[in-house]
Amino acid sequence: MIKVENLSKSFAKQQVLFNISTTIKQGEVVAVIGPSGSGKSTFLRCLNLLETPSEGRIIIHDKDITDPKTNIAQVRQRIGMVFQHFHLFPHMSVIDNICFAPVKVKGWTKEQARGKALELLERVGLADKAEAYPSKLSGGQKQRVAIVRSLAMEPEIMLFDEPTSALDPEMVKEVLDVIRGLAQTGMTMVIVTHEMRFAQEAADTIYFLDQGRLVEKAPPQQFFSRPGNERARQFLEKVL
Amino acid sequence: MNLDFSVLNGYVPYVLKGIAITLLFTLVSALFGFIWGTILSLFKISDIKPLKWFANLYTSIFRGTPLLLQLFLIYYATPQLFKYDISPLMAAGLAFGLNSAAYLSETIRAGIMSVDRGQREAAMSLGIPYKTMMISIILPQAIKNILPALVNECIALLKESSLVSVIGVEDLMRRANVVGSDTFRYFEPLVFVGVIYYVLVLMLTMIARVLERRMRRSD
Repeated sequence: MIKVENLSKSFAKQQVLFNISTTIKQGEVVAVIGPSGSGKSTFLRCLNLLETPSEGRIIIHDKDITDPKTNIAQVRQRIGMVFQHFHLFPHMSVIDNICFAPVKVKGWTKEQARGKALELLERVGLADKAEAYPSKLSGGQKQRVAIVRSLAMEPEIMLFDEPTSALDPEMVKEVLDVIRGLAQTGMTMVIVTHEMRFAQEAADTIYFLDQGRLVEKAPPQQFFSRPGNERARQFLEKVL
Repeated sequence: MNLDFSVLNGYVPYVLKGIAITLLFTLVSALFGFIWGTILSLFKISDIKPLKWFANLYTSIFRGTPLLLQLFLIYYATPQLFKYDISPLMAAGLAFGLNSAAYLSETIRAGIMSVDRGQREAAMSLGIPYKTMMISIILPQAIKNILPALVNECIALLKESSLVSVIGVEDLMRRANVVGSDTFRYFEPLVFVGVIYYVLVLMLTMIARVLERRMRRSD
């Protein structure tokens, strides 16, 4: 589904990603972990071209999205992204946040989008907040709305960039539960996270990044019990 | 003291008619300045170098020379260059709009920069095209942040509009002068339009306050 070939990324003179190659299958849930500054977020942001790769190719559904001729906006419609700091549109109510893109980008009618939005809000337990403004929501509620906003576009892939890092501890669970539920629906997902337990139980594959290199790729049981890489071992000793 | 407001008797309706012209003129130049200023501000933040250079040079020239000079250039010099007899009102609207756009482009640019980068990224990740993103997501937030500065600019335009009297547009200021030369008394008509200008500015301030309150609804 997603094929990454020799992906490298440099900012100005500093190289942050080195020659990453991997394949993510349909329905696979990948948790990307590693020390801060290891390039996790940059890797994720390359997948929907919020960062332009310096070298290499990213192929989604047999389509090379790094080809300059590719319509980036069209590619992004099929890849949802959830950010650490939610980035809800503050001047729009929850329902308008969710309906905006389906109506403006996909050409849905307002009723159609509204129906979909309410159904999704119901699923994350926020149907009663449809008319509220984001400023009235807690962090956990904001993040759940942000997830719904992405899902309303009916994406084939979801990217999560540290979705719980900006939350108060007691709100982490409600967001992780939503993501876990999503994993069970067979959504292809790439999640950058610091929640090791969550990565362990929810992911099919763990990617361990260190200094811009993908140094280990393994199923969670294997990765957490006997990591093959020395740096991964040191990292796990510190966080577990 | 030689002060007698009764000399205005009979001239009041004539002077009041100037309000419409002053307001119309302010509205047209503010609107034109805002739209052109927004476009210039987008040029300034764009990655396309020539657009950036153009917008910066434009701002530099229009801010760096007197407004009255720009007005005279457009009104008196255009016919010489293009053999087109420009009307005073149009020349003035053009000059004020072009000039105001130079100032507004900086204000609007600051407003756009004040909107969190994440807003842009969220919009992009939803596949929202640039134009839709700017119009519906970035600019509304930017304008909310710079509303006080925009109101300042409108007030400045309203008062500076009195400059157009020098090229014969019959605005408030011009009419005060006409009454003055008719009656040989200047103090009374000038004070009279001064009060009118002040009331107009107060009304503008009030409208802005209502607008600001409405925009803060989402806070």
